[in-house]
Amino acid sequence: MNSTDLLALLPLLLIAATAILVMLAIAVRRSHLASALLTVLGLCAAFGTLFIAAPLVPRDVTPLLTIDSGALFYIGLILAASIAVVFLCYGYFKQEEEHRPEELYLLIAIAALGSGVLVCARHFASLFLGLEILSVALYGLISYERTTKASIEVGLKYLVLAAASASFLIFGIAIVYFEFGTMDFGGILPDSPAGAVDSATIAVGVTLIVVGIGFKLGLVPFHMWTPDVYEGAPAPVAAFVSTVSKGAMFALLIRFFDRSGMRGDSSLVLVFSIIAIASMFAGNLLALLQDNVKRILAYSSIAHLGYLIVAFEAGGAIGRSAVAFYLVAYFATMLGAFGVVTVLSRPGNDLGDLSGYRGLFWRRPVLASVFTVMLLSLASIPLTAGFLGEFYLVAAGVSGSLWALVIILVVTSAIGLFYYLRIVVALYSRTAQPAGAWPSRINSHSLSWTLGVLTAAVILIGCYPSPVMRLIQTMVAGSG
Amino acid sequence: MTSHLLSSILFLPLAGMLVLLAMPSENRKLIRGWANAVSIATFLLSLCLIIRFDINAGGYQFMERAQWIPSIGAQYLLGMDGISLLMVLLTTLISAIAVLCSWRSITDRSKLFYSMILLLETGVLGVFLSLDLFLFYLFWDVVLIPMYFLIGIYGGERRGYAAIKFFLYTLLGSLFMLLGFLALYFQYAAQYGVYTFELQKLLTLNLPAGTEEWIFFALFLGFAVKIPMFPLHTWLPDAHTEAPTAGSVLLASLLLKMGTYGFLRFSLPLLPKASTQTWIVQLMVALSLIAIIYGALVCLTQRDWKRLVAYSSVSHMGFCTLGIFALNAKGLTGSVIQQVNHGITTGLLFLLVGFIYERRHTREISEFGGVAQVMPFYATVFAITVFASAGLPLLNGFIGEFTILSGAFQVNLWWAVVGVIGLILGAAYLLWLFQRTMLGPLKQEENKSLRDLFPRERLLVLPLVFLAFAIGIYPRPLFAVLEKPVQNILMRLAPDPRSGIADSSPATPPGRNVSTQETVASPSACWRPALAPTTPALTQGAGSKLSAGRKNRAPRLLYRSTFLSLIQVEAR
Repeated sequence: MNSTDLLALLPLLLIAATAILVMLAIAVRRSHLASALLTVLGLCAAFGTLFIAAPLVPRDVTPLLTIDSGALFYIGLILAASIAVVFLCYGYFKQEEEHRPEELYLLIAIAALGSGVLVCARHFASLFLGLEILSVALYGLISYERTTKASIEVGLKYLVLAAASASFLIFGIAIVYFEFGTMDFGGILPDSPAGAVDSATIAVGVTLIVVGIGFKLGLVPFHMWTPDVYEGAPAPVAAFVSTVSKGAMFALLIRFFDRSGMRGDSSLVLVFSIIAIASMFAGNLLALLQDNVKRILAYSSIAHLGYLIVAFEAGGAIGRSAVAFYLVAYFATMLGAFGVVTVLSRPGNDLGDLSGYRGLFWRRPVLASVFTVMLLSLASIPLTAGFLGEFYLVAAGVSGSLWALVIILVVTSAIGLFYYLRIVVALYSRTAQPAGAWPSRINSHSLSWTLGVLTAAVILIGCYPSPVMRLIQTMVAGSG
Repeated sequence: MTSHLLSSILFLPLAGMLVLLAMPSENRKLIRGWANAVSIATFLLSLCLIIRFDINAGGYQFMERAQWIPSIGAQYLLGMDGISLLMVLLTTLISAIAVLCSWRSITDRSKLFYSMILLLETGVLGVFLSLDLFLFYLFWDVVLIPMYFLIGIYGGERRGYAAIKFFLYTLLGSLFMLLGFLALYFQYAAQYGVYTFELQKLLTLNLPAGTEEWIFFALFLGFAVKIPMFPLHTWLPDAHTEAPTAGSVLLASLLLKMGTYGFLRFSLPLLPKASTQTWIVQLMVALSLIAIIYGALVCLTQRDWKRLVAYSSVSHMGFCTLGIFALNAKGLTGSVIQQVNHGITTGLLFLLVGFIYERRHTREISEFGGVAQVMPFYATVFAITVFASAGLPLLNGFIGEFTILSGAFQVNLWWAVVGVIGLILGAAYLLWLFQRTMLGPLKQEENKSLRDLFPRERLLVLPLVFLAFAIGIYPRPLFAVLEKPVQNILMRLAPDPRSGIADSSPATPPGRNVSTQETVASPSACWRPALAPTTPALTQGAGSKLSAGRKNRAPRLLYRSTFLSLIQVEAR
């Protein structure tokens, strides 16, 4: 490992340093503002080092990690989302500081580090390492409001299920290792001509790995935890879970299947098709039955991950750029949607109930408009980022001739429209809540600025996506 | 290329909307005044198009092109031919009327209302002006959002249900349309190695008939929901009935035209093989005829005034699709004219229902009767509208419907027969409606104090009434404007000689052909030059005593040679 390797690794190192610094700072003096600020600065610095690392890629740093343009792109996305989450958390916990919110930022930095490791992983060891760094931080984040029972409950639920899925994953890794004697993604199936998984042992191993990854992505049938966690966790943390942790895992999924050359295997294609179809249907149909905005968003994220699988299956450059673009759109939109929930919530008392949103537009027009934009983007209506994202997915699916999947995507996203519109209907309902139902104005600049930037991003990407697309095309070309 | 006229027209309402959003929501007069000013300014600006439009130019005019998303080959590409010109003028006029008609009825939450109408105007204009499939799709879907809000917030009692139903139907349809566009996009890339959504480039695509059929049905779902064609029409009565007056007017006069426009602009030229396939044509015509008859029959059973008008749209739009799938010059020309007419007369009908609803707050037909005694001006306008809608000569409806029916007659006698039955039924329900509401004794106590139209309301209806007469008496400009675009569409369809799309279909005996031409020629001589496919050979031949069958051979050859030379010109 030489100095160039270190430079390429700089973003990850800086995230780690941020975590340590925040921890030390808290030990010296407890200050909510200082911790938040330190975290943002650290993450921004890490973001800045991406530009230092960019000319050095692609590069294998140790047998564990590979830094290529794709990895840098996803680290950038993770960092941007983490910074947004930090802002949201600051505004959210500022209302009641007795929750001792300082360590929250520490956990966010650690989780960002874990995600960063995941997107760089080229080896089962780094995969597992990244996954565990991420998961352990998430346990803390999810049950951060430790005075409320619901929060503890979902934390525990997540802990048990995540541990179980991690053991599936590690068992699968062990089986694959047993068969090939290597834990490097590239070492699996090195000679198999069509990338076919021909032995039953490997099939079992890969299936177990898929289970582990599927759990983290919240895909059907491993999705049970999603709605509960989203509902019970503080709103900004739910935003983090739905974006950073899922996005990083998806990037890993692509890298794993691209590098191992298993993508061509027909039974795996079938498995993923079934998972995608089940996720699209279950996510959208179950969301129809919900009366809680956070749970609706949870089921919607299940469906969105199902859509992503369509582009993943299409593969190739267009599939990869579709996934990357969709993730950008999805990140901005989900963060924005949860950001609105954050604004209307207080620690320990999140505004989840749909009836609580009735007539929001007539009292808080700007906030309701922001929420509308986010919901329209989730429903992929034009002029929003979500529309171009879905367009790209459909294009990828059509180019890969995945007609059945694409048609199911289209039909289910039309079903999905229904529950987004239900929220919109509530927002614009003529019978408004009494005046005191919501905080009269956004109580923190960090919240209003974050929401402003996210809304601008969603609309700008929706109207003029060329800069983002150029970036993604360079990224895909670089990591090809 | 250098002029930005189309962009100015397109984005003026949007700019106006953005300014509107910045205004204080308490100042209702300012908001109202501004919205009216913007919509009228857009209308006046669009009148410049009439002056600068060149009727004799074959291709698209006022083209504007800019790179937009180069990585997927989507451009900002606007252009206009005769069909779009009519649609754009109709849009700006109807939008201005819709804004003005809400002067008194929308006082609460007016800022959002007016901004939505202006956004809608930009969306609809974008649909009629885009020459890039991606841009078209974008505008197509943008239209949904303001309409959803107009129905969902300002509508009647069941507004939520109606708004969601409208949104879901149209969005599902348009997603299939997107799949169709993408299939074309990838087919083009496979044939030429270039990714583009540009309409004119995609027109050079040559697909196997089977592929074309699939794509045709994908596009069909998108367009047919919007028109709406027969089995997909169920969203329409709900949406119309629940929408506020301005919403109904916009929906009926403009949004429905987007579907038929889609057929004319995309389905027929892009997919000539599928569009001339016998079974597809028969299916489309069958659906149109069912819509005509079924819509009319349902109208006869309605007790709700506005719902009746809504169902009459199903019937009238059936004529438009019938004209399109007659696939000859008369049918296509008549279809576009009928679209304009429908925009005018149905807009009027909805306005009139709205006026009476504002006064009486009911739309039950049985609540009225003898209204003509207290509202003579209203009754006069209503009578004119009813006659126009029922297709009486000297009014606009006659021109459109008659041209469509003569086009259909050329292809198949029975299509025209069923169409005529639809016309008769149409006259029946409209006249019956007039009789039940306007004539007879003035029984209801509340109706005795009804006031006749205010000056503002008269101002709203008079331009439309004027247009109804103008088109009815002197339709020649419309035919002249449509001549080239219709010819272009036919040229796309022409290469297959068996499809029976040229003026004389081989299935029709020459004798009948002569008789239709005479029938068409008799009511008004001024139609002549436009109705016949206008190649010099035919206009000369029309007066000669050659039999029609032989005579028509020449134009088809001419079509082909013109078509070939056009390709060569474009290739250069």
